[in-house]
Amino acid sequence: MAENLAIETENLTKSYDGVTVVDHLNLHVRENEVFGLLGPNGAGKTTTILMLLGLTEPGSGTARVCGFNPTREPLKVKRIVGYLPEEVGFYDNLTAGENLKFIAELNNINTAETARRIDEVLEMSGLASDKDMVVGKFSRGMRQRLGIADVLIKEPKVVFLDEPTSGLDPKGINQLLDLISNLPKRGTTVLLSSHQLYQVQRVCQSIGILAKGKMVIEGSIDKLGREALAGGRYTIEVETAEPSVELIDILKKIKGVVKVESKDNVLSINTDSDLRSKIAKAVVDSNASLVQMKVHEFSLDDIYMKYFKES
Amino acid sequence: MVAILRKELADYFTSIRFFVLFLLVLATSGYGLFAAHSSIRQTLSESGAVTGSGFVFVTLFTSGEGIFTLTFFIMLLVPIIGIALGFDAINSERSGGTLSRLLSQPVYRDSVINGKFLAGIVTLAMMVVTTLLLVSGYGLRMIGVPPTAEEIIRLFIYIVLIIIYGAFWMGLAMLFSVVTRKVSASLLITIAIWFIFFLWTLMGPVFTATIAQSAEGQMTLLRISPLFLFSEATTVLLVPAYRLGFVTMTVGELSYAIPNPLSLGQSLITIWPHLASLVCLSVICFAISYVLFMRQEIRAT
Repeated sequence: MAENLAIETENLTKSYDGVTVVDHLNLHVRENEVFGLLGPNGAGKTTTILMLLGLTEPGSGTARVCGFNPTREPLKVKRIVGYLPEEVGFYDNLTAGENLKFIAELNNINTAETARRIDEVLEMSGLASDKDMVVGKFSRGMRQRLGIADVLIKEPKVVFLDEPTSGLDPKGINQLLDLISNLPKRGTTVLLSSHQLYQVQRVCQSIGILAKGKMVIEGSIDKLGREALAGGRYTIEVETAEPSVELIDILKKIKGVVKVESKDNVLSINTDSDLRSKIAKAVVDSNASLVQMKVHEFSLDDIYMKYFKES
Repeated sequence: MVAILRKELADYFTSIRFFVLFLLVLATSGYGLFAAHSSIRQTLSESGAVTGSGFVFVTLFTSGEGIFTLTFFIMLLVPIIGIALGFDAINSERSGGTLSRLLSQPVYRDSVINGKFLAGIVTLAMMVVTTLLLVSGYGLRMIGVPPTAEEIIRLFIYIVLIIIYGAFWMGLAMLFSVVTRKVSASLLITIAIWFIFFLWTLMGPVFTATIAQSAEGQMTLLRISPLFLFSEATTVLLVPAYRLGFVTMTVGELSYAIPNPLSLGQSLITIWPHLASLVCLSVICFAISYVLFMRQEIRAT
């Protein structure tokens, strides 16, 4: 395969007391991308992450994280993987710096490097001034940010973030999402589990939707949206001052245009490819005044709801 | 594992729990000294023959009014220290959400439980040694008789015995901290077990007299309790003239017993089964918690 996969699972299955939580899951996450794992509560997102970390043994099937098998070589995986659990906990009697130092010690990072990294990750997560504060006094948002710092201190190749934005205020969510979207540039692959669709759409290049332990769909957001809702086509919306029948005829003649629908002042045009420039020219040539034009973006909600109706 | 051990030790030493336990240790030492001060002269003169001439210093630890001696308090207190050090080892990490974070680091799962157990043992050993050294030091000033080489060895073995005994209680507390999700549950369960054994030791002689057919049978029933095992071993170690047989002998047989102290080797042979049982109990507790912990699901919630 040309692209390197950071995470790959093959028929990964896990059952608890006869109930299958993760059912023959095939997951592919490329290196240096932000992958969103979506699904309702109880879809098996956390269980999947735990199996990828080697904290839970899979019932059957295999998983590979950066080429290592988490069940057989848990330490090799844990050395390069950072995990932020949904309910992240710290030692409340220690300061932020001490909590991070303990994790660094467990990762065998030497003292000088530890000091440098602690300052770096606290700076990144916006906690630089709270280094010597006892974690017991931290707010929910600060803990969550310290959780991110804690994940990054070992400079992981892959991070698993389980509902990282839960309990944060809007400003905190924005900062966190910015931080996450910058991780691939540092050579870190992110697997983000969430059901906050808007947030996932903002930072993720690819998504996988889980329902009842099965992967319903997997792929890049753009592609999924077009496939799911418009049969693989683009929908371009054109708003003009006064639409005329002639204009619609002209537009229909453009090569690649499949369908033109008119509603009030808005023409909605289905095309096989991105024909915005040709359409714009046609509209201007016909002397109709062009007010605005945009490619219809598929929101993750549309995709999500569509697949949940099906499954 | 060294990192975990260091962190756990730092946690213990800075916690309020450690401070309270240390006060308890000081109080026990003080009480032991007081008990010895008020009754060592009487004990020595009464039992000149029984104690044997050479063992004055160890009498510091065993003399007192009835059962209220330093060794009795150690028998009661060491379980409390062991339980206090182990009852929340695993489930507090679990409920605090730190366990999944800890185990997603590149450490073997067993080093977590080993590190905690070892840190507990170190803390316990420090408390025990402190108590005995305090009593020895002030006791030495008080009675002015230095310990003989044999007495020092006996006291050293006594320390080892206490640590094994404490390790059992810590192992038991840790076992329940692995099994139960709530810190309060594991604490209550272990305290209850301690209390039942304590009652058994205290009231056992009365109960067992009615159940058991023979004096030997009665002793076997009593020895179910680790507290009783420990107190018997203590007596053999620190009162060299004492024989386990005294309890089961008839009056006629007793009159044939030679009232001289046992040599160190003989004392050790006498308490060997006790030591083995206590080590066994600790190992069993630790092994069960170990196996359970290794197989447990680690979930954040």
